[in-house]
Amino acid sequence: MNPSLWHIDPTTLAAIVLMALATYACRGGGYWLFRQITPSPLIRAILSYIPGTLFVSYVIPAVIKGGLQPAVGSLATVVVMIYTRNLALGIAAGVAAAWGVWVVIS
Amino acid sequence: MIDSKDPVVFTRAGFWRGVRGAMVAVIGVAPFGIVCGITAQGAGLSFSEITLMSVLVYAGASQLVALSIWTHPPDIFAVAFAAFVVNLRLALMGPVLSPWLDRFKGWRVWLSLFTMVDHSWAFAVREMNAGYRDAAYLLGGGSILYLTWIMTTAAGFLMGEALHLPPGHPLFFAALAAFVSVLAQMWRGMGDLLPWAVAACVASLVAQILPGTFWYIVAGALAGSITGGIRDQRRRAQ
Repeated sequence: MNPSLWHIDPTTLAAIVLMALATYACRGGGYWLFRQITPSPLIRAILSYIPGTLFVSYVIPAVIKGGLQPAVGSLATVVVMIYTRNLALGIAAGVAAAWGVWVVIS
Repeated sequence: MIDSKDPVVFTRAGFWRGVRGAMVAVIGVAPFGIVCGITAQGAGLSFSEITLMSVLVYAGASQLVALSIWTHPPDIFAVAFAAFVVNLRLALMGPVLSPWLDRFKGWRVWLSLFTMVDHSWAFAVREMNAGYRDAAYLLGGGSILYLTWIMTTAAGFLMGEALHLPPGHPLFFAALAAFVSVLAQMWRGMGDLLPWAVAACVASLVAQILPGTFWYIVAGALAGSITGGIRDQRRRAQ
């Protein structure tokens, strides 16, 4: 096997450890914090919108930057998701559509 | 819901029930893990590095976002902050399981929370609301998905290594497609339209102003969610 498979870069290790701490701060810290305080209804309402708006903010600029291939792929994923609600099928349909665009263009 | 007088236990039987309950989610998580492994290989991480990341971080969406802004060497604080922002939703999930978790302290609570992911949490909430009283269910579901995640990201890395995909190959779109399909599941109705539209506009604008950074994700998420939160509060006041 390629020896680079086993390499661990010190900066990458630091990044991974810090990511792990940040993630556990969310997993454990949220429960810990909610035991201490009672958040206001406004904070609760804002937090309830975080997951959706976060992924929208990730996807839309990426589609704008990527052009036709991700645009067609995303559309295919959305259509399949609406009809099947199946994560794996949605991803597969999107990749297949993006692949089709890639083949046609190149 | 659980009555405050009901006893809550933490047993092996509950753990294995959680494992069996999460089996259906394994099929959904596996392709996601493979995509994450392929993306890690494309981003230039080693096999040990992505495996270590899956073992220590174990949060798919945040690993994908971090890998998509990965540089050499990585911007340590940028990727950690991205992980924090993407995983903030986990901070909201734990408190929902208070009727189970509040009865215990020590490793039962904190290890269960370490393995908590979207699917294991959702199944646990369903069981809890149905009156099930074994809190080890959460750890069971989380554990089987944890193993699935580590193995599939490793497998994805090796697949990427074998295929040697060029940048811009449509298989890399799978990472974005995973987010799009999660988004489709998150849509709760027309109430989401305004916050999501605000998020899309602000994120696109900030991405133009500050290219090559990840701030657009935070800016869009905050603008959209604050808009939605304030709108809901005004509706309640009326």
